[in-house]
Amino acid sequence: MRLTCPFCGPRDRREFHYYGAADYLNRPGPEAAASAWDDYLHNRDNPAGVTQDLWYHEQGCAAWLKVTRNTVTHEILAVDAVAGGAA
Amino acid sequence: MRIDSKGRIDRSRPLTFVFDGTSYAGFKGDTLASALMANNVRVVGRSFKYHRPRGILTAGSEEPNALVEVLGPSNQTPNTRATMQELFEGLVARSQNRWPSLGLDLLEVNDLAAPFLSAGFYYKTFMWPRRLWEGLYEPLIRRAAGLGRLSGKHDEGTYEKAWAHCDLLVIGAGPAGLMAALTAARAGVDVILCDESSEPGGRLLSDEGAIDGLPAADWVAGVLAEMASLPNLRLMTRTTVTGAYDDGTFGALERVGLHRRPRPNLPRECFWRIVAKRSILAAGALERAIAFENNDRPGVMMASALSTYLNRYGVVPGKRIALFANTDSARNTARSLMAAGVEVAAIIDPREDAAEEPGTTVHRGAVVARARGRMGLREITIRKGASETRLSVDCLGVSGGWNPTLHLTCHMNGRPRWSADLAAFVPNDGAIPGMLVAGAANGSFSTHGCLAAGAEAARASLAALGMAAPMAALPQAEDAPYAIAPLWQVPTKKRAWLDFANDVTTKDVALSAQEGFTSVEHMKRYTTQGMAPDQGKNSNVAALAVLADATGRGIPETGTTTFRPPFAPVSIAAMGAGGRGAGFAPQRFLTSDRASRDRHAPMIEAGLWYRPSYFPKPGETTWRESCDREVMMVRSSVGVTDVSTLGKIDIQGPDAGRFLDFVYTNTFSTLPVGRVRYGLMLREDGHVLDDGTCARLGETHWLMTTTTAAAGLVMRHLDFVHQAFCADWQVRFTSVTEGWAQFAVAGPRARDLITSALGRAPGLPFMGCSDVTVQGIAGRLFRISFSGEEGYEIAVPTRYGEALFRDLIARAETMGGGPYGMEALNVLRIEKGFITHAEIHGRTTACDIGMEKMVSAKKDCIGKAAAARPGMTGPEREQLVGLKPLTDSPITAGAHLFAQGAELTRENSAGYVTSVGYSPLLKSHLALAFLKNGRARHGETIRLVDRLRDIDVLCSVTGPVFHDPEGEKLRA
Amino acid sequence: MPDLIAKPALGHAPLTLAGTTLTEEPQARITAIAPFPGQTDAVARALGMAFPAPGQVVESGGRSLVWAGRDIAFLIGDAPTVALAASVTDQSDAWVTLALRGPQAVAALARLVSLDLRRVQAGQCFRTGLNHMPLVLIVEDADRFRLMTFRSMAQTAWHEVQDALEKVAARAALTA
Repeated sequence: MRLTCPFCGPRDRREFHYYGAADYLNRPGPEAAASAWDDYLHNRDNPAGVTQDLWYHEQGCAAWLKVTRNTVTHEILAVDAVAGGAA
Repeated sequence: MRIDSKGRIDRSRPLTFVFDGTSYAGFKGDTLASALMANNVRVVGRSFKYHRPRGILTAGSEEPNALVEVLGPSNQTPNTRATMQELFEGLVARSQNRWPSLGLDLLEVNDLAAPFLSAGFYYKTFMWPRRLWEGLYEPLIRRAAGLGRLSGKHDEGTYEKAWAHCDLLVIGAGPAGLMAALTAARAGVDVILCDESSEPGGRLLSDEGAIDGLPAADWVAGVLAEMASLPNLRLMTRTTVTGAYDDGTFGALERVGLHRRPRPNLPRECFWRIVAKRSILAAGALERAIAFENNDRPGVMMASALSTYLNRYGVVPGKRIALFANTDSARNTARSLMAAGVEVAAIIDPREDAAEEPGTTVHRGAVVARARGRMGLREITIRKGASETRLSVDCLGVSGGWNPTLHLTCHMNGRPRWSADLAAFVPNDGAIPGMLVAGAANGSFSTHGCLAAGAEAARASLAALGMAAPMAALPQAEDAPYAIAPLWQVPTKKRAWLDFANDVTTKDVALSAQEGFTSVEHMKRYTTQGMAPDQGKNSNVAALAVLADATGRGIPETGTTTFRPPFAPVSIAAMGAGGRGAGFAPQRFLTSDRASRDRHAPMIEAGLWYRPSYFPKPGETTWRESCDREVMMVRSSVGVTDVSTLGKIDIQGPDAGRFLDFVYTNTFSTLPVGRVRYGLMLREDGHVLDDGTCARLGETHWLMTTTTAAAGLVMRHLDFVHQAFCADWQVRFTSVTEGWAQFAVAGPRARDLITSALGRAPGLPFMGCSDVTVQGIAGRLFRISFSGEEGYEIAVPTRYGEALFRDLIARAETMGGGPYGMEALNVLRIEKGFITHAEIHGRTTACDIGMEKMVSAKKDCIGKAAAARPGMTGPEREQLVGLKPLTDSPITAGAHLFAQGAELTRENSAGYVTSVGYSPLLKSHLALAFLKNGRARHGETIRLVDRLRDIDVLCSVTGPVFHDPEGEKLRA
Repeated sequence: MPDLIAKPALGHAPLTLAGTTLTEEPQARITAIAPFPGQTDAVARALGMAFPAPGQVVESGGRSLVWAGRDIAFLIGDAPTVALAASVTDQSDAWVTLALRGPQAVAALARLVSLDLRRVQAGQCFRTGLNHMPLVLIVEDADRFRLMTFRSMAQTAWHEVQDALEKVAARAALTA
């Protein structure tokens, strides 16, 4: 598997650390209801198809990346820097 | 038997080799198989289950019979295919799966017992009594079955792993692959051309065809000469592409040194990871057998292999040969043999309309019904209708048609499709993204078809790469149509072999269907067909055709099993190259490493780091003696230890304080410059991530320390929090762990030691920090403690670390102090109740460790919302306590805690021990533990049980801080 | 009072195999510069050097600014003397720099690094891994490289490069 880092270009998956679903980007406010925190922390879809997850380019530029990929075809549809700013 | 005028072997370079203790002669260019054949060795192995004598069946990597052990100075390599093992001077090989010898194998008794050893026999036979399974049946079966044996020693050979990148990977260098690679390389793209043989050319080297009017082998030589002039083409011979993976990544195994005498540092094999933008599979096709009675006798082999042995190696396995084939491809073999002066006694062709063949007799509409000759073929029976005739031959070439080598197209879930015309499976387009299949691998069996398909695949690949795709004239070559009359088995009441490697017969497949295992996947597992080293390359299609027959379904409905990587066996040593011993992970060494080893300190691994365990003194015979002394040394004078392994993260920027407030539970933005604060970090799910100190070096400049274990984890976490939630905040952080050597100085005389080293008094309050000059070098001083004594940490740039460590311990020793190691460090922190990742192991909350008050109510922080949720706090949880055994007995981490009188069941476990140590100060073993509602249970007596180490001790529950609970020593 | 003695990460003598030389480079002044968000241009102006794009090395006045990750670069050479709207840390002691120069350099690196090094040229750099170790790979030329990794891992790094070089040299000897 290879991911195209927006900063470093195409790289082998060994350079990346997998974290989890991209849901982690949508942090509820401190006063949010318990159910919102449940959803944020624990409740996940497991789609047969397009999904988004977070990868860290640990052996590279240290950018956090949001990867859009298809769990059925293994196609990588997009790799975006979580903080933006990529070329 | 050698044929003088034939072959590509170098007759000017004779070689000697040893097989089963006998010395033989061969030539450079031989394989072990061809050399054995030249020496008239007919039996080369014994079969897996029935121990039947077996000869060479094929000339390629699919060989199921001729598996041998190759013995080298550092290796014993089992299951080496003699057809792939090139000969070299001094090669030593040994046959397998026989005892005591190939000629006399006592386990051949299995063959007589065959009626009782049908498919699934051990599922049925060895079921009861159950207790005999591990002790008797399994060892017995393992000894009888199996193939080669391992030496039981480490493989001391050299192996290698490497990466390669290209625009186009061409797999297979037969006519299609050569044409594809040449066309693409001429256009200027980077091409890697892999072929598993020692010499490119594929069938062109085996069959006596012509291309552009030249012998095919000459055309190959011309192509190779041009390729050698193209710097953008990389030819990798002896390289089997073993797997196709996501995004254009391929695995490949190169035989680097297996075909020559070992040389220092020369890898035996290299496992390649090849990354290609596009790929062309031109792996050719594999000839398949026809099952008939005793078709596994030595001397029965594939018709195409006869051509290969004749034309590549100048050797034939018999004097009087017959051919049994249902296509015209075996006719080429017959003509080659006859032209070389070998007698072709007959061609048995099941097709009623088969053509005559000058020079031999063609038995049209006939089959071979059986073979005779236990140690070597003597006779075949030809059956036509109801009549049978016997024919005396010593070799039979069989061809049941061709199976495209499409395995790689199935590695990413692709399924092949059945072609009725070819009576074979062919690959589906797009099975591997970016891959095209060309030539025989795609069902084009003529030379012209292969050349045309190779060129076309190259043009299509070039277009996909955005390159112009020039048309070039195709070389002229034969374009014979492929006509096959499918024939899988010749009916018999006796055994007819499908899978030679695993001894699976047509009867076994029929039995499988009869017993209800009618799905192809079930049949495979029931009979073990296709599960041997050849992975069914010789038998899969025929086996499922027989299954289709037995179940009354068609082949397309029966389907095929899934081909998975690797295409051919890959040695674990190659995949794990570089991973043995110290190569498994990087070693991180402290600047004090040499000084510690000079003092004979045993080093222990802490993550990747090597840290001193303790510093033995003369006369000390156990680690405990050294550890106790070091603990008392710190408590009474001064000790020095290297703490450089702790993570150090430099944080700068106007928003640094705000950022720290967000990642720590407690508040840092209010900390004055020149002060240090202890901080607790949570994961977003409310559990403790890490703890450590953070110093404010300047108005917008901070230095965070992490535990050794979590240094990388915390950096990743900070990067995530910043990039995901507050990327616009004016703060950046950089790991400076590697840049500083840092030493803890602890004990009542720590201040004296620091004063001596600095040439001035440190003048720092508890939890203070400042820049200092250490003997001319700019450094940093922190007054922090992990021991409970007055403590400092002094840091200098890494290059000065060794000098400072030696200087500090020399000064300490003049004060009755010295260095201390990890064992003492651990006891000191347990006495003081300080936690490590033994306690914050990922399932503890701030409340569990008594730090709930550190979660500030005034601000949000990572993990705050989850930490406040029900179940994360309260008396039902296990809380940190101290334990002291009532008697002087050792206690262990991992032990569980039970109320006195409670039954020792999992449900009754009230907690567990995380850290233990012997306190020479308190003259007692001590433990830190988690105990349900522990804070309310100080003073209680609890039972500590470790059933693994047979420990059962009553302990009193205390607070976790055993030493100086008021912290007077720290603040002195 | 005696001054503390500085030690190199390794102190190894150069190693040459198959015409390719592995050396431990002398320790240089390395300053990590990580501009605060939105401040990259201001930092470049203050430095008087362009801030490198990903994978780029900018050279100016005997100093080089090596891209070292997302919004961070290593200034190799004299430390900046002006205040920068950036996090500035001295990393001189944090890295060991090895150099691998010669005709087998790319082949040896293919055993250690997963990158495509087919058409590299001076002015390029990469953040990647040297097997399991962090790596800043600086291209001096198509067959000359500098390899920066964590100083504490210097022994392993040297060992693994040497090991790769030995195997490559043994292969090269077959055709020599």
